[in-house]
Amino acid sequence: MRARAMVGRSNLATRLRSALLCGSILLSACNDRGTDGSTSPAGVDDVEPAYGDAIVSGSIGDASVLIPMLAGDSASHSISGLIFDGLISYDKNLSEFEPRLAERWEVSADGLEITFHLRRDARWQDGQPFTARDVEFAFRTITDPATLTAYAEDYRQVERFDVVDDHTIRVRYARPFAPALGSWASSLIVLPRHLLEGKPINEHAKDFGRNPVGIGPFRFESWESQKQITLRSNHDYYRGRPYIERSITRVIPDTQTQFLELKAGGLDEMGLTPLQFQRQTDTAYFRDGFARYKYLTNSYSYLGYNLSRPLFQDVRVRRAIAHAIDKREIVDAVLLGLGSPAATPYKPGTYWINEKIEGPAYDPGKARALLEEAGWRDGDGDGVLDREGQKLAFEIITNKGNEQREKAATVIERRLSEVGIKVTIKVIEWAAFINNFIDKRNFDAVILGWSLSPDPDQYDIWHSSKTRPKEFNFVSYSNAEVDEVLDKGRRTFDRAERKLQYDRLQEILDEEQPYTFLYVAYALPIVHKRFHGIDPAPAGISHNFNAWYVPASAQKYRISETP
Amino acid sequence: MAAYLARRILSLIPLLIGITFVSFVVIQAAPGSPVELMVDMNPDASPELRERLEQYWGLDQPTHVQYWRWLRRIAIGDFGVSFAADQRPVLDKVAEALPITLLLNALSLALILLMSIPIGVYSATHRHSTIDRFATVFVFLGFAMPTFWLALLCMMFFGVELGWLPISGLQSLDYEGMSTLGRIGDRARHLILPVTIASVTSLAGMSRYMRSSMLEVVRQDYITTARAKGLSERTVIYRHALRNALLPVVTILGLSVPGLIGGAVIFETIFAIPGMGRLFYDSVMMRDYQVVMGVLVMGAVLTLLGNLLADVMYVIVDPRLRR
Repeated sequence: MRARAMVGRSNLATRLRSALLCGSILLSACNDRGTDGSTSPAGVDDVEPAYGDAIVSGSIGDASVLIPMLAGDSASHSISGLIFDGLISYDKNLSEFEPRLAERWEVSADGLEITFHLRRDARWQDGQPFTARDVEFAFRTITDPATLTAYAEDYRQVERFDVVDDHTIRVRYARPFAPALGSWASSLIVLPRHLLEGKPINEHAKDFGRNPVGIGPFRFESWESQKQITLRSNHDYYRGRPYIERSITRVIPDTQTQFLELKAGGLDEMGLTPLQFQRQTDTAYFRDGFARYKYLTNSYSYLGYNLSRPLFQDVRVRRAIAHAIDKREIVDAVLLGLGSPAATPYKPGTYWINEKIEGPAYDPGKARALLEEAGWRDGDGDGVLDREGQKLAFEIITNKGNEQREKAATVIERRLSEVGIKVTIKVIEWAAFINNFIDKRNFDAVILGWSLSPDPDQYDIWHSSKTRPKEFNFVSYSNAEVDEVLDKGRRTFDRAERKLQYDRLQEILDEEQPYTFLYVAYALPIVHKRFHGIDPAPAGISHNFNAWYVPASAQKYRISETP
Repeated sequence: MAAYLARRILSLIPLLIGITFVSFVVIQAAPGSPVELMVDMNPDASPELRERLEQYWGLDQPTHVQYWRWLRRIAIGDFGVSFAADQRPVLDKVAEALPITLLLNALSLALILLMSIPIGVYSATHRHSTIDRFATVFVFLGFAMPTFWLALLCMMFFGVELGWLPISGLQSLDYEGMSTLGRIGDRARHLILPVTIASVTSLAGMSRYMRSSMLEVVRQDYITTARAKGLSERTVIYRHALRNALLPVVTILGLSVPGLIGGAVIFETIFAIPGMGRLFYDSVMMRDYQVVMGVLVMGAVLTLLGNLLADVMYVIVDPRLRR
């Protein structure tokens, strides 16, 4: 799915919400730099692959519904992502597309039409053949105004949807829409028509949504609410039967409990916290029995300025603040070093990032000079700068439940006080934070995060038309050139041409600092060493989950062959 | 008696309506709505989706209209469906969580009684002895210790170091394949840690109560009489004193019955037990009004019935109240 930009509130989720964002690492679409994984399993390929065994993963929240278009939480998406499949898929480097249910596809020269040629050998898990009608059904369903889905926007851009024959579909757009291709790389858009037709999809949440029949590498087996979900490998999967026979996701809301379960053998896989990674797993026990990986997540944290406040309308003040913040220090303090300082809203190491941009360097002297240039001086000698009788002071708000953001705010407060800026911090419960502060533009500066999809389009965050209530340019950023490059970037399928636009976007953002980008955290999965074939990549470790296997001699859970 | 009962039950109805009305208004007054928590900060969610969701759940209506609709449904026993994406009936969700919480609470209560009565009696009869002092320190230590901390320590020691007990959850992965006896054993093993920890951390109240109640009783004249008769100390304490000393404890026990359905969020989170505490907490956080109201109504009904039961008992015991 193109969950282009969701607020990264995984820590909030940890504490507050059972059903939001991931605990299970399987298929959490993300990530980068698999190559610098700290350890890799010994002898990846020197053991014969074998079918069988089970993998037990921990998830902090239960899934809600296993129909992808109705689900909003990552637990549901990571599990339904194994049961369903897209027409195409991002490759493991998150840069190109590769075939799934469509064996090939063409984009017309004018960029208005995409034709997908579907596989003829794919079957639903109940044995029915997969045809173009299933895609059409899913398309009609997701674009139906009555469907309660958050993912319709990309598909609404489609002007015409044609079933050319049983195994060919063609979609036509009114204007070239580059993020479109990404929207077909999603398990949202393929549903079994023969099982769902005739009743609104919303009403299927209770039956099909809790007992789905899919087309992906795994079949649904059982679901014990708030306890565990079990999937079985799909022996008829069109890309070949997965080696691992069962995938069990246990709901364990507390990460410390997950960690103890991992240690006692009750879990095979979990996402570590930075503390667990740095201080608790560097022991002989874990080195011998587990493999740890680290790669950048697809979300970044930032300090955003309310640009409708007079204080922040002066770019020199924003740049001064950026120069006064030591991002490396924040990464060290907040993530125990397990992250990367951020300079742009694109993920380091990907195709789309502008490598030339380093962001304002930590330089308190320069910060002071910029502030002085802007007329801020310490007239009364109290350590806080002032101008025309007004103190240089503002408030940073962030949401409760995300400890990393609270800590980052504290580090920033101290660094800014050193250059004569007085900062106060306010931490607010999520719903009140959004309603009373963000929606009403009632804040000076905010620490938040965005999660990004592989597609580089960031129209919703930076375009000046997106400043209405409940829209996402809530810092009220407006720049004519940014509007233009965002628009151009959407209208061409040419990667090199798109990159030019987004490189320029990053230059302008770096110059103007509407946000000061803070850091990108690492994902820190740990997997039991009996699993072989793991191939860390920018997409994470789960992109080739089908190919993971346990050598026959090391299998832990014996399972009868027939369900 | 029948007239008294009828009068009491009738008087409960307006009280219940009042409770639900206040709850309904208070939840709606909390910032955010279920729809906002679903679509806020998600650029994929259009304003139209927001409106559709509000219409779908009837949240576009004024609060009093929503309440009236809810009340009419609840009157015929329809608790509605959850606002969460799973859209499951509220009753299903409660029916999953309630037995777990009931079982845990009943077992811990039993264990508390089993431990605190002997501790209390012994402490009272051997006042200021070493064991009395030790017991006092022990129960207050349990009382003062944060549950989550003790839980983690025990999980580490018994689950990881010794490997004797499972760490979290209520059943093993191969539970389905077990024999009935095996299943019972598996359940029991999973319950040992949570039940013990829940009990140890709440021993203090009951055991101190037992101790002081016992001390009170042994000072009574009839105990002196019993001793003067030449009865053995054993008979005096266990036959004559204990029975009387237990009366106040039984009263407290009665009061804790509505508490049986209440879960503890932190406790359930640590042990990955899907009980009432987490159901309620998650629902509040997601502003899932339907589930919140469902749980509150059940709690209110149980509390009111508990009070009624207590009153009826008094009436049976004390004829003067039967007017």
